[in-house]
Amino acid sequence: MTMLLEIKDLNAGYGPITALFGINLKLNEGDTLALIGANGAGKTTLLRIVTGLIVPNDGVIQYKGKDIGGFASHRIASMGISMVPEGRRLFPSLTVEENLIMGACTNRKGEWTLEKVYKLFPILKDFRKRMANMLSGGQQQMVAVGRALMANPLLLLCDELSLGLAPVIVKDIYKTLETVTKSGVSLIIVEQDINQAIASSDNFLCMREGEIVLSGTKESADRAEIAQAYFGN
Amino acid sequence: MTVWIDTLIQGILLGGFFALSGLGLSLSFGIMRIVNIAHGDFLVTAAYLCLVVSGLSGINPLITIVIIIPITFLSGYALQKIILNRANDGSDLTPLLITFGISIILHNVLQELFSADSKSLDAGSFETVSLTIGNIHIGWLPLTILIVAFIVYIGIYRIMATTRFGRIVRATVDDQEITGLMGIDTNKIYCLGMGLSMSIVGIAGSLYGIKSSFFPMAGGNQLLFAFETVIIGGMGSIWGTMFGGMALGIAQIIGYRIGAGWGAFAGHLVFFIFLFLKPSGLLSKGDQHA
Repeated sequence: MTMLLEIKDLNAGYGPITALFGINLKLNEGDTLALIGANGAGKTTLLRIVTGLIVPNDGVIQYKGKDIGGFASHRIASMGISMVPEGRRLFPSLTVEENLIMGACTNRKGEWTLEKVYKLFPILKDFRKRMANMLSGGQQQMVAVGRALMANPLLLLCDELSLGLAPVIVKDIYKTLETVTKSGVSLIIVEQDINQAIASSDNFLCMREGEIVLSGTKESADRAEIAQAYFGN
Repeated sequence: MTVWIDTLIQGILLGGFFALSGLGLSLSFGIMRIVNIAHGDFLVTAAYLCLVVSGLSGINPLITIVIIIPITFLSGYALQKIILNRANDGSDLTPLLITFGISIILHNVLQELFSADSKSLDAGSFETVSLTIGNIHIGWLPLTILIVAFIVYIGIYRIMATTRFGRIVRATVDDQEITGLMGIDTNKIYCLGMGLSMSIVGIAGSLYGIKSSFFPMAGGNQLLFAFETVIIGGMGSIWGTMFGGMALGIAQIIGYRIGAGWGAFAGHLVFFIFLFLKPSGLLSKGDQHA
Protein backbone atom coordinates (compact mmCIF):
# COMPACT_ATOMS: atom_id res chain seq x y z
CA MET A 1 0.00 0.00 0.00
CA THR A 2 1.33 3.42 -0.85
CA MET A 3 1.58 6.34 1.52
CA LEU A 4 -0.69 9.25 0.66
CA LEU A 5 0.00 11.66 3.50
CA GLU A 6 2.84 11.74 5.97
CA ILE A 7 3.38 14.41 8.60
CA LYS A 8 6.65 14.50 10.53
CA ASP A 9 7.47 16.52 13.67
CA LEU A 10 4.98 19.25 12.89
CA ASN A 11 4.81 22.35 15.09
CA ALA A 12 2.34 25.10 14.34
CA GLY A 13 0.30 27.83 15.89
CA TYR A 14 -1.40 31.17 15.58
CA GLY A 15 1.05 34.04 15.95
CA PRO A 16 2.98 33.62 19.21
CA ILE A 17 0.67 30.82 20.41
CA THR A 18 1.74 27.27 19.61
CA ALA A 19 -1.23 24.97 19.02
CA LEU A 20 0.42 21.77 17.77
CA PHE A 21 3.51 20.09 19.20
CA GLY A 22 5.49 17.45 17.33
CA ILE A 23 2.65 15.87 15.35
CA ASN A 24 3.42 12.66 13.44
CA LEU A 25 0.85 11.05 11.21
CA LYS A 26 0.70 8.53 8.37
CA LEU A 27 -2.17 7.79 6.04
CA ASN A 28 -2.20 5.11 3.37
CA GLU A 29 -4.13 5.41 0.12
CA GLY A 30 -7.74 4.35 0.58
CA ASP A 31 -7.57 4.38 4.37
CA THR A 32 -9.80 6.25 6.76
CA LEU A 33 -8.35 7.93 9.81
CA ALA A 34 -10.36 9.34 12.70
CA LEU A 35 -8.98 12.29 14.63
CA ILE A 36 -10.66 12.49 17.98
CA GLY A 37 -10.21 14.81 20.89
CA ALA A 38 -11.95 17.44 22.98
CA ASN A 39 -12.54 21.04 21.97
CA GLY A 40 -9.26 22.89 21.51
CA ALA A 41 -7.16 19.75 21.14
CA GLY A 42 -5.81 20.97 17.79
CA LYS A 43 -7.80 18.80 15.38
CA THR A 44 -9.11 21.63 13.24
CA THR A 45 -5.71 23.34 13.28
CA LEU A 46 -4.18 20.16 11.90
CA LEU A 47 -6.72 20.07 9.04
CA ARG A 48 -6.12 23.75 8.33
CA ILE A 49 -2.41 23.03 7.98
CA VAL A 50 -2.95 20.12 5.60
CA THR A 51 -5.17 22.34 3.40
CA GLY A 52 -2.66 25.19 3.41
CA LEU A 53 -4.77 27.66 5.38
CA ILE A 54 -2.10 27.84 8.07
CA VAL A 55 1.63 27.71 7.40
CA PRO A 56 3.37 25.43 9.90
CA ASN A 57 6.32 26.70 11.97
CA ASP A 58 8.37 23.61 11.22
CA GLY A 59 8.03 19.97 10.29
CA VAL A 60 7.35 18.14 7.04
CA ILE A 61 4.03 17.51 5.30
CA GLN A 62 4.39 15.05 2.46
CA TYR A 63 1.52 14.37 0.13
CA LYS A 64 2.09 11.73 -2.55
CA GLY A 65 5.79 11.99 -1.71
CA LYS A 66 5.89 15.73 -2.30
CA ASP A 67 6.54 18.30 0.42
CA ILE A 68 3.50 20.60 0.39
CA GLY A 69 4.32 22.64 3.52
CA GLY A 70 3.78 26.32 2.76
CA PHE A 71 1.86 25.78 -0.49
CA ALA A 72 -1.13 28.11 -1.04
CA SER A 73 -4.49 26.50 -0.31
CA HIS A 74 -5.72 26.72 -3.92
CA ARG A 75 -2.64 24.83 -5.10
CA ILE A 76 -3.12 22.10 -2.50
CA ALA A 77 -6.79 21.84 -3.49
CA SER A 78 -5.87 21.27 -7.13
CA MET A 79 -3.51 18.49 -6.04
CA GLY A 80 -6.51 16.58 -4.70
CA ILE A 81 -7.04 17.50 -1.06
CA SER A 82 -10.61 18.60 -0.32
CA MET A 83 -12.22 19.68 2.91
CA VAL A 84 -15.73 19.72 4.31
CA PRO A 85 -15.20 22.57 6.74
CA GLU A 86 -16.58 22.82 10.24
CA GLY A 87 -19.95 24.57 10.19
CA ARG A 88 -20.31 23.72 6.45
CA ARG A 89 -19.50 27.25 5.26
CA LEU A 90 -21.55 27.14 2.08
CA PHE A 91 -21.65 30.23 -0.13
CA PRO A 92 -24.88 31.98 0.91
CA SER A 93 -25.14 34.09 -2.28
CA LEU A 94 -24.99 30.98 -4.47
CA THR A 95 -27.66 28.41 -5.22
CA VAL A 96 -27.23 24.77 -4.23
CA GLU A 97 -26.12 23.87 -7.75
CA GLU A 98 -23.71 26.83 -7.95
CA ASN A 99 -22.21 25.76 -4.63
CA LEU A 100 -21.64 22.27 -6.03
CA ILE A 101 -20.14 23.62 -9.26
CA MET A 102 -17.70 25.72 -7.22
CA GLY A 103 -16.26 22.43 -5.98
CA ALA A 104 -15.29 21.55 -9.55
CA CYS A 105 -13.11 24.67 -9.93
CA THR A 106 -10.00 22.54 -9.38
CA ASN A 107 -10.64 21.06 -12.87
CA ARG A 108 -9.66 17.61 -11.62
CA LYS A 109 -10.98 14.81 -13.77
CA GLY A 110 -12.66 11.88 -12.09
CA GLU A 111 -15.88 10.05 -11.45
CA TRP A 112 -17.58 12.74 -9.35
CA THR A 113 -19.87 14.91 -11.44
CA LEU A 114 -23.00 16.89 -10.74
CA GLU A 115 -25.14 13.91 -11.77
CA LYS A 116 -23.27 11.56 -9.47
CA VAL A 117 -23.58 13.93 -6.49
CA TYR A 118 -27.32 14.22 -7.18
CA LYS A 119 -27.48 10.43 -7.28
CA LEU A 120 -25.78 10.28 -3.88
CA PHE A 121 -28.07 12.98 -2.44
CA PRO A 122 -31.28 12.94 -4.54
CA ILE A 123 -32.92 15.63 -2.40
CA LEU A 124 -30.35 18.17 -3.59
CA LYS A 125 -31.53 17.83 -7.17
CA ASP A 126 -35.02 18.99 -6.14
CA PHE A 127 -33.55 21.96 -4.31
CA ARG A 128 -30.81 22.81 -6.79
CA LYS A 129 -32.22 26.25 -7.64
CA ARG A 130 -32.61 27.28 -4.00
CA MET A 131 -30.14 29.48 -2.18
CA ALA A 132 -27.82 27.24 -0.16
CA ASN A 133 -28.67 28.75 3.22
CA MET A 134 -32.41 28.08 2.70
CA LEU A 135 -31.88 24.34 3.26
CA SER A 136 -32.03 22.44 6.53
CA GLY A 137 -28.82 21.74 8.41
CA GLY A 138 -28.60 18.15 7.18
CA GLN A 139 -29.23 19.15 3.56
CA GLN A 140 -26.60 21.88 3.86
CA GLN A 141 -24.14 19.27 5.11
CA MET A 142 -24.97 17.20 2.02
CA VAL A 143 -24.14 20.21 -0.16
CA ALA A 144 -20.86 20.67 1.73
CA VAL A 145 -19.92 17.01 1.22
CA GLY A 146 -21.05 17.12 -2.42
CA ARG A 147 -19.07 20.30 -3.05
CA ALA A 148 -15.93 18.68 -1.68
CA LEU A 149 -16.49 15.55 -3.80
CA MET A 150 -16.92 17.62 -6.97
CA ALA A 151 -13.18 18.32 -6.73
CA ASN A 152 -12.55 14.59 -7.25
CA PRO A 153 -10.23 14.45 -4.26
CA LEU A 154 -7.75 11.73 -3.36
CA LEU A 155 -7.96 12.88 0.25
CA LEU A 156 -11.15 14.17 1.84
CA LEU A 157 -11.00 15.95 5.19
CA CYS A 158 -14.26 16.07 7.15
CA ASP A 159 -14.40 18.48 10.06
CA GLU A 160 -17.16 17.85 12.61
CA LEU A 161 -19.76 16.50 10.19
CA SER A 162 -22.15 15.72 13.04
CA LEU A 163 -22.12 19.19 14.59
CA GLY A 164 -25.67 20.48 15.13
CA LEU A 165 -27.34 17.64 13.20
CA ALA A 166 -29.92 15.12 14.37
CA PRO A 167 -28.41 11.65 15.06
CA VAL A 168 -30.44 10.01 12.28
CA ILE A 169 -29.07 12.47 9.72
CA VAL A 170 -25.54 11.99 11.01
CA LYS A 171 -25.97 8.26 10.45
CA ASP A 172 -27.15 8.89 6.88
CA ILE A 173 -24.22 11.12 6.07
CA TYR A 174 -21.68 8.67 7.45
CA LYS A 175 -23.33 5.94 5.40
CA THR A 176 -22.79 7.94 2.23
CA LEU A 177 -19.14 8.39 3.23
CA GLU A 178 -18.80 4.61 2.95
CA THR A 179 -19.76 4.95 -0.72
CA VAL A 180 -17.06 7.57 -1.03
CA THR A 181 -14.32 5.47 0.53
CA LYS A 182 -15.30 2.53 -1.65
CA SER A 183 -14.46 4.67 -4.66
CA GLY A 184 -10.87 4.81 -3.34
CA VAL A 185 -10.85 8.21 -1.62
CA SER A 186 -8.86 8.45 1.61
CA LEU A 187 -10.55 10.12 4.52
CA ILE A 188 -9.58 12.00 7.64
CA ILE A 189 -12.56 12.43 9.94
CA VAL A 190 -12.49 14.89 12.77
CA GLU A 191 -15.19 14.20 15.33
CA GLN A 192 -16.09 14.80 18.92
CA ASP A 193 -18.41 11.80 18.79
CA ILE A 194 -15.82 9.10 19.49
CA ASN A 195 -18.00 6.07 18.73
CA GLN A 196 -19.16 7.41 15.38
CA ALA A 197 -15.64 8.35 14.34
CA ILE A 198 -13.96 5.08 15.29
CA ALA A 199 -16.77 2.97 13.84
CA SER A 200 -16.31 4.54 10.42
CA SER A 201 -12.49 4.43 10.35
CA ASP A 202 -9.60 2.01 9.99
CA ASN A 203 -7.31 3.82 12.40
CA PHE A 204 -7.69 6.54 14.96
CA LEU A 205 -5.58 9.21 16.64
CA CYS A 206 -6.55 10.91 19.85
CA MET A 207 -5.32 14.45 20.39
CA ARG A 208 -5.11 16.48 23.57
CA GLU A 209 -3.67 19.97 24.02
CA GLY A 210 -1.91 19.96 20.68
CA GLU A 211 -0.32 16.53 20.96
CA ILE A 212 -1.20 13.06 19.80
CA VAL A 213 -1.70 11.08 23.00
CA LEU A 214 -3.04 7.79 21.65
CA SER A 215 -3.22 5.96 18.37
CA GLY A 216 -4.66 2.63 17.34
CA THR A 217 -6.83 0.67 14.95
CA LYS A 218 -10.57 0.18 15.02
CA GLU A 219 -10.06 -3.39 16.27
CA SER A 220 -7.71 -2.46 19.08
CA ALA A 221 -9.74 0.50 20.32
CA ASP A 222 -10.26 0.27 24.07
CA ARG A 223 -12.88 2.56 25.54
CA ALA A 224 -11.22 3.04 28.91
CA GLU A 225 -7.88 3.80 27.29
CA ILE A 226 -9.49 6.30 24.90
CA ALA A 227 -11.43 8.01 27.68
CA GLN A 228 -8.20 8.37 29.61
CA ALA A 229 -6.40 9.82 26.58
CA TYR A 230 -9.34 12.08 25.67
CA PHE A 231 -9.76 13.71 29.05
CA GLY A 232 -6.27 13.34 30.51
CA ASN A 233 -5.69 13.08 34.20
CA MET B 1 -45.54 71.13 -14.44
CA THR B 2 -43.18 71.07 -17.42
CA VAL B 3 -40.53 72.54 -15.15
CA TRP B 4 -40.75 69.58 -12.82
CA ILE B 5 -40.78 67.01 -15.60
CA ASP B 6 -37.75 68.76 -17.05
CA THR B 7 -36.07 68.72 -13.61
CA LEU B 8 -36.71 65.01 -13.25
CA ILE B 9 -35.37 64.26 -16.74
CA GLN B 10 -32.27 66.42 -16.29
CA GLY B 11 -31.76 64.80 -12.87
CA ILE B 12 -31.88 61.31 -14.36
CA LEU B 13 -29.49 62.36 -17.12
CA LEU B 14 -27.00 63.72 -14.56
CA GLY B 15 -27.67 60.65 -12.43
CA GLY B 16 -26.55 58.46 -15.31
CA PHE B 17 -23.05 59.88 -14.97
CA PHE B 18 -23.00 59.51 -11.17
CA ALA B 19 -24.24 55.94 -11.50
CA LEU B 20 -21.47 55.12 -13.98
CA SER B 21 -18.67 56.71 -11.94
CA GLY B 22 -20.07 55.23 -8.71
CA LEU B 23 -20.11 51.69 -10.14
CA GLY B 24 -16.31 51.49 -10.23
CA LEU B 25 -16.15 52.45 -6.57
CA SER B 26 -19.02 50.12 -5.72
CA LEU B 27 -17.28 47.14 -7.36
CA SER B 28 -13.93 47.70 -5.66
CA PHE B 29 -15.71 47.93 -2.33
CA GLY B 30 -18.10 45.07 -3.02
CA ILE B 31 -15.46 42.63 -4.26
CA MET B 32 -12.20 43.57 -2.57
CA ARG B 33 -13.61 45.50 0.42
CA ILE B 34 -11.30 48.33 -0.61
CA VAL B 35 -12.41 51.87 0.18
CA ASN B 36 -10.71 53.47 -2.79
CA ILE B 37 -9.83 57.03 -1.81
CA ALA B 38 -8.06 57.51 -5.17
CA HIS B 39 -11.26 56.78 -7.14
CA GLY B 40 -11.85 60.44 -8.10
CA ASP B 41 -8.22 60.88 -9.10
CA PHE B 42 -8.34 57.72 -11.21
CA LEU B 43 -11.36 59.26 -12.95
CA VAL B 44 -9.45 62.50 -13.62
CA THR B 45 -6.38 60.54 -14.74
CA ALA B 46 -8.57 58.64 -17.22
CA ALA B 47 -9.77 62.01 -18.58
CA TYR B 48 -6.13 63.09 -19.07
CA LEU B 49 -5.38 59.72 -20.67
CA CYS B 50 -8.24 60.34 -23.08
CA LEU B 51 -6.80 63.83 -23.74
CA VAL B 52 -3.40 62.37 -24.61
CA VAL B 53 -4.73 59.49 -26.73
CA SER B 54 -7.18 61.64 -28.69
CA GLY B 55 -4.55 64.42 -29.00
CA LEU B 56 -1.91 62.05 -30.38
CA SER B 57 -4.21 60.11 -32.66
CA GLY B 58 -6.58 62.88 -33.68
CA ILE B 59 -9.51 60.55 -33.08
CA ASN B 60 -12.71 61.86 -31.46
CA PRO B 61 -12.37 61.33 -27.67
CA LEU B 62 -15.66 59.43 -27.60
CA ILE B 63 -14.15 56.78 -29.87
CA THR B 64 -10.83 56.65 -28.02
CA ILE B 65 -12.72 55.16 -25.05
CA VAL B 66 -12.29 51.78 -26.78
CA ILE B 67 -8.52 52.26 -26.42
CA ILE B 68 -8.80 53.64 -22.87
CA ILE B 69 -10.69 50.58 -21.52
CA PRO B 70 -7.88 48.01 -21.98
CA ILE B 71 -5.30 50.49 -20.64
CA THR B 72 -7.27 51.15 -17.45
CA PHE B 73 -8.10 47.44 -17.09
CA LEU B 74 -4.42 46.54 -17.13
CA SER B 75 -3.60 49.41 -14.74
CA GLY B 76 -6.23 48.13 -12.31
CA TYR B 77 -4.96 44.56 -12.61
CA ALA B 78 -1.37 45.68 -11.98
CA LEU B 79 -2.35 47.98 -9.11
CA GLN B 80 -4.09 45.11 -7.34
CA LYS B 81 -1.32 42.60 -8.06
CA ILE B 82 1.66 44.78 -7.22
CA ILE B 83 0.29 46.88 -4.37
CA LEU B 84 -3.19 46.16 -3.01
CA ASN B 85 -2.97 42.36 -2.68
CA ARG B 86 0.05 42.84 -0.45
CA ALA B 87 -2.05 45.07 1.77
CA ASN B 88 -4.74 42.41 2.19
CA ASP B 89 -3.90 41.94 5.87
CA GLY B 90 -7.44 41.88 7.18
CA SER B 91 -7.43 45.54 8.15
CA ASP B 92 -9.71 47.96 6.27
CA LEU B 93 -7.38 50.82 7.11
CA THR B 94 -4.33 49.62 5.16
CA PRO B 95 -5.84 49.81 1.62
CA LEU B 96 -7.52 53.07 2.59
CA LEU B 97 -4.17 54.64 3.49
CA ILE B 98 -2.51 53.22 0.38
CA THR B 99 -5.16 54.62 -1.96
CA PHE B 100 -4.92 57.94 -0.10
CA GLY B 101 -1.19 57.91 -0.87
CA ILE B 102 -1.85 57.07 -4.52
CA SER B 103 -4.28 59.99 -4.66
CA ILE B 104 -1.58 62.45 -3.49
CA ILE B 105 0.94 61.00 -5.95
CA LEU B 106 -1.54 61.35 -8.84
CA HIS B 107 -2.26 65.00 -7.93
CA ASN B 108 1.42 65.81 -8.19
CA VAL B 109 2.16 63.76 -11.27
CA LEU B 110 -0.79 65.27 -13.15
CA GLN B 111 0.23 68.79 -12.12
CA GLU B 112 3.81 68.13 -13.18
CA LEU B 113 2.77 66.75 -16.58
CA PHE B 114 -0.22 68.92 -17.49
CA SER B 115 0.11 72.04 -15.24
CA ALA B 116 -2.64 73.17 -12.88
CA ASP B 117 -4.72 74.77 -15.68
CA SER B 118 -8.02 73.20 -16.55
CA LYS B 119 -8.33 71.21 -19.77
CA SER B 120 -11.25 69.91 -21.73
CA LEU B 121 -11.90 67.25 -24.32
CA ASP B 122 -13.47 68.27 -27.59
CA ALA B 123 -15.96 65.78 -28.96
CA GLY B 124 -17.25 68.21 -31.60
CA SER B 125 -20.79 69.55 -32.03
CA PHE B 126 -22.12 66.40 -30.38
CA GLU B 127 -21.49 68.07 -27.01
CA THR B 128 -24.00 70.84 -27.59
CA VAL B 129 -26.79 69.47 -29.77
CA SER B 130 -29.98 68.34 -28.12
CA LEU B 131 -33.22 66.57 -28.72
CA THR B 132 -36.27 68.79 -28.25
CA ILE B 133 -39.61 67.40 -27.11
CA GLY B 134 -42.09 70.22 -26.46
CA ASN B 135 -40.35 72.55 -24.06
CA ILE B 136 -37.92 69.92 -22.82
CA HIS B 137 -34.38 69.76 -24.18
CA ILE B 138 -32.46 66.53 -23.81
CA GLY B 139 -28.74 66.91 -24.59
CA TRP B 140 -27.31 64.16 -26.79
CA LEU B 141 -24.19 63.92 -24.63
CA PRO B 142 -25.93 63.35 -21.27
CA LEU B 143 -28.34 60.97 -23.03
CA THR B 144 -25.40 59.03 -24.45
CA ILE B 145 -23.81 58.89 -21.00
CA LEU B 146 -27.07 57.55 -19.55
CA ILE B 147 -27.32 54.90 -22.26
CA VAL B 148 -23.67 53.91 -21.79
CA ALA B 149 -24.32 53.66 -18.04
CA PHE B 150 -27.27 51.32 -18.64
CA ILE B 151 -25.26 49.16 -21.02
CA VAL B 152 -22.38 48.92 -18.54
CA TYR B 153 -24.76 48.06 -15.68
CA ILE B 154 -26.49 45.34 -17.66
CA GLY B 155 -23.10 43.98 -18.74
CA ILE B 156 -21.75 43.88 -15.19
CA TYR B 157 -24.97 42.35 -13.92
CA ARG B 158 -24.84 39.64 -16.59
CA ILE B 159 -21.20 38.90 -15.82
CA MET B 160 -21.91 38.58 -12.09
CA ALA B 161 -25.13 36.55 -12.43
CA THR B 162 -24.43 34.19 -15.30
CA THR B 163 -20.72 33.63 -15.92
CA ARG B 164 -18.24 31.32 -14.23
CA PHE B 165 -16.15 34.37 -13.31
CA GLY B 166 -19.19 36.03 -11.72
CA ARG B 167 -19.96 32.92 -9.72
CA ILE B 168 -16.39 32.79 -8.44
CA VAL B 169 -16.51 36.50 -7.58
CA ARG B 170 -19.72 36.03 -5.57
CA ALA B 171 -18.18 33.04 -3.79
CA THR B 172 -15.02 35.03 -3.02
CA VAL B 173 -17.10 37.87 -1.56
CA ASP B 174 -19.02 35.32 0.57
CA ASP B 175 -15.97 33.48 1.88
CA GLN B 176 -12.49 34.08 0.54
CA GLU B 177 -10.90 31.26 2.54
CA ILE B 178 -13.33 28.58 1.35
CA THR B 179 -13.09 29.80 -2.25
CA GLY B 180 -9.35 29.19 -1.97
CA LEU B 181 -10.08 25.64 -0.84
CA MET B 182 -12.07 25.18 -4.07
CA GLY B 183 -8.80 25.59 -5.98
CA ILE B 184 -9.30 29.27 -6.83
CA ASP B 185 -6.44 31.76 -6.52
CA THR B 186 -8.52 34.53 -4.95
CA ASN B 187 -5.71 37.05 -5.34
CA LYS B 188 -6.11 36.66 -9.09
CA ILE B 189 -9.87 37.16 -8.77
CA TYR B 190 -9.14 40.41 -6.92
CA CYS B 191 -6.80 41.50 -9.74
CA LEU B 192 -9.52 40.85 -12.33
CA GLY B 193 -12.07 42.60 -10.09
CA MET B 194 -9.90 45.70 -9.83
CA GLY B 195 -9.32 45.53 -13.60
CA LEU B 196 -13.08 45.48 -14.13
CA SER B 197 -13.59 48.36 -11.69
CA MET B 198 -10.89 50.41 -13.43
CA SER B 199 -12.30 49.68 -16.90
CA ILE B 200 -15.51 51.37 -15.77
CA VAL B 201 -13.43 54.22 -14.34
CA GLY B 202 -11.82 54.49 -17.79
CA ILE B 203 -15.22 54.87 -19.47
CA ALA B 204 -16.60 57.21 -16.80
CA GLY B 205 -13.41 59.32 -16.69
CA SER B 206 -13.32 59.83 -20.46
CA LEU B 207 -17.00 60.85 -20.49
CA TYR B 208 -16.36 63.13 -17.53
CA GLY B 209 -13.59 64.85 -19.52
CA ILE B 210 -15.96 65.38 -22.47
CA LYS B 211 -18.81 66.54 -20.22
CA SER B 212 -16.87 69.12 -18.23
CA SER B 213 -13.45 70.73 -17.92
CA PHE B 214 -11.01 69.13 -15.52
CA PHE B 215 -7.79 69.91 -13.65
CA PRO B 216 -5.38 67.78 -11.60
CA MET B 217 -7.10 68.48 -8.27
CA ALA B 218 -10.64 67.84 -9.56
CA GLY B 219 -10.71 64.28 -8.21
CA GLY B 220 -11.82 65.22 -4.70
CA ASN B 221 -15.28 66.35 -5.77
CA GLN B 222 -15.69 63.34 -8.05
CA LEU B 223 -14.76 61.01 -5.18
CA LEU B 224 -17.32 62.72 -2.97
CA PHE B 225 -20.11 62.36 -5.56
CA ALA B 226 -19.18 58.73 -6.19
CA PHE B 227 -19.19 58.03 -2.45
CA GLU B 228 -22.57 59.66 -2.05
CA THR B 229 -23.90 57.58 -4.92
CA VAL B 230 -22.61 54.31 -3.44
CA ILE B 231 -23.77 55.06 0.09
CA ILE B 232 -27.25 56.26 -0.93
CA GLY B 233 -27.61 53.10 -3.05
CA GLY B 234 -26.19 50.71 -0.47
CA MET B 235 -22.59 49.50 -0.25
CA GLY B 236 -21.77 46.63 -2.57
CA SER B 237 -25.11 46.49 -4.39
CA ILE B 238 -24.87 46.97 -8.18
CA TRP B 239 -28.43 48.18 -8.87
CA GLY B 240 -28.45 50.12 -5.60
CA THR B 241 -25.58 52.19 -6.99
CA MET B 242 -27.68 52.94 -10.09
CA PHE B 243 -30.55 54.18 -7.91
CA GLY B 244 -28.10 56.11 -5.72
CA GLY B 245 -26.76 57.90 -8.79
CA MET B 246 -30.27 58.81 -9.91
CA ALA B 247 -31.23 60.07 -6.43
CA LEU B 248 -28.09 62.22 -6.27
CA GLY B 249 -28.60 63.55 -9.82
CA ILE B 250 -32.23 64.52 -9.23
CA ALA B 251 -31.34 66.13 -5.88
CA GLN B 252 -28.58 68.20 -7.49
CA ILE B 253 -30.79 69.41 -10.35
CA ILE B 254 -33.55 70.38 -7.90
CA GLY B 255 -30.88 72.31 -6.01
CA TYR B 256 -29.77 74.12 -9.18
CA ARG B 257 -33.41 75.07 -9.86
CA ILE B 258 -33.55 76.72 -6.43
CA GLY B 259 -30.31 78.59 -6.90
CA ALA B 260 -27.05 78.33 -8.84
CA GLY B 261 -24.99 77.58 -5.73
CA TRP B 262 -27.42 75.05 -4.31
CA GLY B 263 -26.87 72.07 -6.63
CA ALA B 264 -24.05 70.21 -4.90
CA PHE B 265 -25.42 71.26 -1.53
CA ALA B 266 -28.81 69.67 -2.23
CA GLY B 267 -26.97 66.46 -3.13
CA HIS B 268 -25.00 66.52 0.12
CA LEU B 269 -28.24 67.14 2.00
CA VAL B 270 -29.91 64.06 0.48
CA PHE B 271 -26.77 62.06 1.27
CA PHE B 272 -26.90 63.32 4.85
CA ILE B 273 -30.57 62.41 5.20
CA PHE B 274 -29.80 58.88 3.96
CA LEU B 275 -26.91 58.51 6.38
CA PHE B 276 -29.23 59.62 9.13
CA LEU B 277 -32.35 57.61 8.25
CA LYS B 278 -31.10 54.59 6.30
CA PRO B 279 -27.31 54.28 6.65
CA SER B 280 -27.33 50.85 4.97
CA GLY B 281 -28.58 52.49 1.75
CA LEU B 282 -31.46 51.76 -0.60
CA LEU B 283 -30.62 48.23 -1.72
CA SER B 284 -27.91 46.98 0.61
CA LYS B 285 -28.00 43.30 1.43
CA GLY B 286 -27.17 44.31 4.97
CA ASP B 287 -23.69 44.90 6.28
CA GLN B 288 -22.16 41.57 7.18
CA HIS B 289 -19.18 43.35 8.65
CA ALA B 290 -21.10 45.32 11.27
